[in-house]
Amino acid sequence: MTDRDNASPESDETPAAETPSGRPPRKGPSRRLLILGGLAVGGGVAIGAGLSPFSRIDEQRRLAGRPGETVLVSALRIAPDDTLTVIYPHADMGVGNGTALAQIVADELDADWDRVRIERAPAELAFANGALGQAFLRGENEIPAPMAGFAWLVTRRIAEEMRLQITGGSTAIPLTGMEGMRHAGASARYMLTRAAARAWGVPVSEVAIEGGRLVHASGRSAGFGEMAEAGLAFTPPARLPLKSRGSYRVIGKPKQRLDIPPKVTGEAMYSGDVRLPGMLFAAIRACPTPGGTLASCDTSPAEGRRGVAKVVTTPTAVAVLADNFWRARQAVEALDPQWDPGANRSLDSTAVIAAMKASAAGEGLKKDHSRGKAGVEIAAAGDKAIERVYTAPYLAHAAMETVGCVAHFKDGELHVWGAFQDALSAKYQAAKTARLKPQQVTIHHTEMGGAFGRRGFTLDYLDHAIDIARQTDAPVNLIYTREEDMTHDFYRNASAARMRAVLGADGAPTAIVHAYAERHDPPDASHFPYALENVEVRYSTGDNAAPWGAWRSVDHSVQGFFIESFIDELAHEAGEDPYTYRRRLLSDDARSLAVLDAAAEMSGWADNLAAGSPRKLGISIRKSFGTIVCEVAEVVIRNDGSLHVPNVWVAADPGLVINPNGFAQQMESGVIYGLTAALYGEINFVDGAVKQRNFWDYQMVRMADCPRIEVKIIESGAKTGGAGEPGTPPIAAAVANAVFQATGERLRDLPLAKAPIRAAV
Amino acid sequence: MKLTINGAVHDVDVEPEMPLLWVIRDELNLTGTKYSCGVAACGACTVLVDGQPVRSCSFPVGGVSETAAITTIEGVAQGGALSRVQQAWIEHQTPQCGFCQSGQILAATALLNEIPQPTDEEIDARMSNICRCGSYPRIRAAIHAAAKA
Repeated sequence: MTDRDNASPESDETPAAETPSGRPPRKGPSRRLLILGGLAVGGGVAIGAGLSPFSRIDEQRRLAGRPGETVLVSALRIAPDDTLTVIYPHADMGVGNGTALAQIVADELDADWDRVRIERAPAELAFANGALGQAFLRGENEIPAPMAGFAWLVTRRIAEEMRLQITGGSTAIPLTGMEGMRHAGASARYMLTRAAARAWGVPVSEVAIEGGRLVHASGRSAGFGEMAEAGLAFTPPARLPLKSRGSYRVIGKPKQRLDIPPKVTGEAMYSGDVRLPGMLFAAIRACPTPGGTLASCDTSPAEGRRGVAKVVTTPTAVAVLADNFWRARQAVEALDPQWDPGANRSLDSTAVIAAMKASAAGEGLKKDHSRGKAGVEIAAAGDKAIERVYTAPYLAHAAMETVGCVAHFKDGELHVWGAFQDALSAKYQAAKTARLKPQQVTIHHTEMGGAFGRRGFTLDYLDHAIDIARQTDAPVNLIYTREEDMTHDFYRNASAARMRAVLGADGAPTAIVHAYAERHDPPDASHFPYALENVEVRYSTGDNAAPWGAWRSVDHSVQGFFIESFIDELAHEAGEDPYTYRRRLLSDDARSLAVLDAAAEMSGWADNLAAGSPRKLGISIRKSFGTIVCEVAEVVIRNDGSLHVPNVWVAADPGLVINPNGFAQQMESGVIYGLTAALYGEINFVDGAVKQRNFWDYQMVRMADCPRIEVKIIESGAKTGGAGEPGTPPIAAAVANAVFQATGERLRDLPLAKAPIRAAV
Repeated sequence: MKLTINGAVHDVDVEPEMPLLWVIRDELNLTGTKYSCGVAACGACTVLVDGQPVRSCSFPVGGVSETAAITTIEGVAQGGALSRVQQAWIEHQTPQCGFCQSGQILAATALLNEIPQPTDEEIDARMSNICRCGSYPRIRAAIHAAAKA
C-alpha cells in the first residue's frame, strides 16, 4: 500500500484526440453524479479519515512545503513561529468554506485560532480529496463494523484515484470537514504530543494542549512549531478518537472569515487580474447556437487596429488578441462571423416547455420512485382528483465575474491561471484539450468571483483559452464579455410538472402522483418530505438540446417550487391553514417540525391567521443537502401591481453548525439568489440562441428589492448538512404561496413577477 | 493625457473613447476595479471622480479632466489604515466572493460623504450595485455601522 503513490498514476494518461472548443462538456457521469447526487446524502460511517493517510504525504510535502516550515499532515503546515496553515482541497466560491474547514482542524488540535491561516491545496493528484470520493463510493450504505477498517482502506484508495477536488453539492463541511479535517487535526495532535513526550522524557498521557501550546504538569511547554519536525517521527494510525460535540471550542463559534480582508482592499486576484510579461487579452465570440460551428470569418476588419496582436479562429469561435481588453473587444465586435448553427438552429424554449407540459401529461414516463398504489387511487378518483400544472424556465448563473482564464504554452508545458470548482479535474481536462500529459499542466489558483455551479464540469472557457493560446507564444487572458457569458452558459433546465392528488375525509392527501420533466440531480430532489401512504413520482427526459449545468441546489430549485406550491394548494383545498396542514403531515418528523415551528414563530404566523391581517405570508419547507430549511416570505402587492418581498424568515437545521455567522450568511445568500430567480429569472432560446444578453434583460434583485432576512439556526445534533445550497430551494414557493394569500391568485409559472398581479384588495 | 489616480499623476496614451475602466485596469494595472457588465448596469467598476461615484466601464477617459481626482479601491485605505467603510465591511463579514465589493465600497464611501447618516430609504436609492452572492443585508448593516464610526 505504501509504495503505490510513487508509481505516478498520471503516467497512465494518454493524450486524447483533438476536439473543438464549444464541444459538449465532458461530464464524466460518475463525477457529476458524485457531486450532485450521492454526496448530498453522504454516508454515515463514523471513521474519521485524515485527508491522505497513505504515503502521498511525501509528495504533498514536496508540493505544499515552504522553507523552514513543516507539512505535518496533508492538511496542515506549521511554521517555526507557530503559524498554522490549513491546506484544503476545495475551491471557495465565496461561501467561506476554507475558514470553516480550518475551524474544524483547529478545534481537534486545540490550536490557537489567531495563528491559523488557510491555503488552497495544489491541483495535483497527491491532493485528491479522498474523503469526498470515499463518501461517493460508500453511497448511503453504512459499512458493517467488522468490515469497516478494510472497506475503508480500499474505498479510500479508489477514491483518491478519482482525481477529485470538486466543490459543490454543499459537501465541503459535511464530508471533507467532518470526515477528513477532524482526523487531520487529531493526527497532528497525535504527532505533536508524542514529540513533546519524547523530548521531555514523560509519558504521552501527561502531555496536554492548552492555549495552543503543548504543556506538561512540570511546567514545561512548547509551541507547535518547536515540535513539528520531531513529530514527523510518529505515524498516526488510520483511526483516531475524535472529540465529541460537547467539547468543541472553535467549531460553533462565529469566527471571521480569513479570506475577507483582501476582498475589501482590491488585492484579491481573480483570473482577469493576472498580469504576466507579454500577456495579451482575448475577447471571444463563439457560435450563439449550442453545438454550432464557425463557418467562415473575414478577419481583416479586426487586423491592423491599434493594440491588436492577432486574430485567431477555432472550430467554434473567433477571438482577437490585443494589449488591452477593450481594444480586443472592439476589434472582435467589428467582425461579421458566419455561423453554421447545426442541428439546434430552431431551438425554442417556449416550444420546449410546451413539450415538457405535454410529456408530463402523457404516458410512458420513467419511474422515479413510488410507495403504495397512488396511480390506482388517482385513476379511481377520476375528475375528483386535484390536478395542477407548474413550469419553470431556463436560468443562467450570471456570476459577477464573467468566466474566463489565463493560458500560456511555454517550453512544452501549459500553465493555467483560473478558478475552477474542481481544479484537479480542470488540470486533466486541460491536458486532454492541449494534447499534453497531465504532469505537463500546472493550474495556478485564482479567486472565484462567484460560480453557483457554472465553474464545475462545464469548462468551455478553459478549452477556449487553450485553443486560443496554442496559436501564440504569449500568455492569453481570456475574458468573456457579459453578453458572451450569458448567451454561452450551461443553464438550469426548464421544467414542467403535472401534480395530482386525492384528499381523504380529514383533508390530508391519500394519494399523490407527480409527473415532471427533466430529472438531473440529486436523486432525492423529487421526494416529498411528508408522510404519504401512496405516492408515485415519474419523469420524462425531455429535450436536452440546451446546454445543461448544475445551478445552485440543482433539481431542488424546481422541485422545491413544485412540491411546496402543490402542498399549499392542497391545504387550501382542505380548508386548512398551510402551516398547520404541513405540521400535520410532518408529525412523525421531529427535525422538520422544529424547523417549521421556528420559522412560523419568527414570522408571527399566528397573527397572519387573524381575519383582516394586513400581513400576507407564505411558507415553504425543504430538506436538501442534509439541511432542513423553512422559509416564510411576506409579500406586498404595490398599487401598480408589482410584487415586493419586504421580509423573509429562515429557520434551518444543519445538524451541527461550524461557523454560525458563515452559515447565516449562506442562508441570506441562498434566499437572495433564489429570490432573483423566483421573481425575474428567465432565459429564452429563440431560433437556436439565447435572447437575454445582460443585466438589463436578465434582471437582478438589488438593495431596494432585497428583503430583511432573519435567520435562526437549530442544531438538532443530526449528521452535519450543507450550507451553500439549502437556502435556495424553499423561497420561490414561499413567495408564490404568499401571493396567493394576498390576492387569491395562484402563480404556477416562474418567474413570478412576469404575471399580471392585481393590486391587493 | 494626464490622469490623477489615488493622488498619483499618470501619463497615458490611449484613445479618448476608451472607457476609464480599461485605462485603470489594463494600462495602469490597478486591477481592484472590476469589469462585469460593461454597460453601467451593475456598478462593479465604480470609482470616484472628485468624490462622485462613476461607473467607469461606460465613462470615456477623454471626458475626465486632467485636474479631476480619481479614487479607486487601491486608494481607499490611507497610509495602510483601512477606511471606516472597509473596517465596517470586515466587521459585518460583508464580502462573499468579493468580486463586486470594490464597487460597493466606493459607492458606500460616496454615499457617506454626501449623507453622513443615511436612512434605509437613502441606502436603497443610492446603493444600486448588483451583488450575486446576496451581501445586501450586510452592506446595509455595514453602512449604518460606518456612519456611526
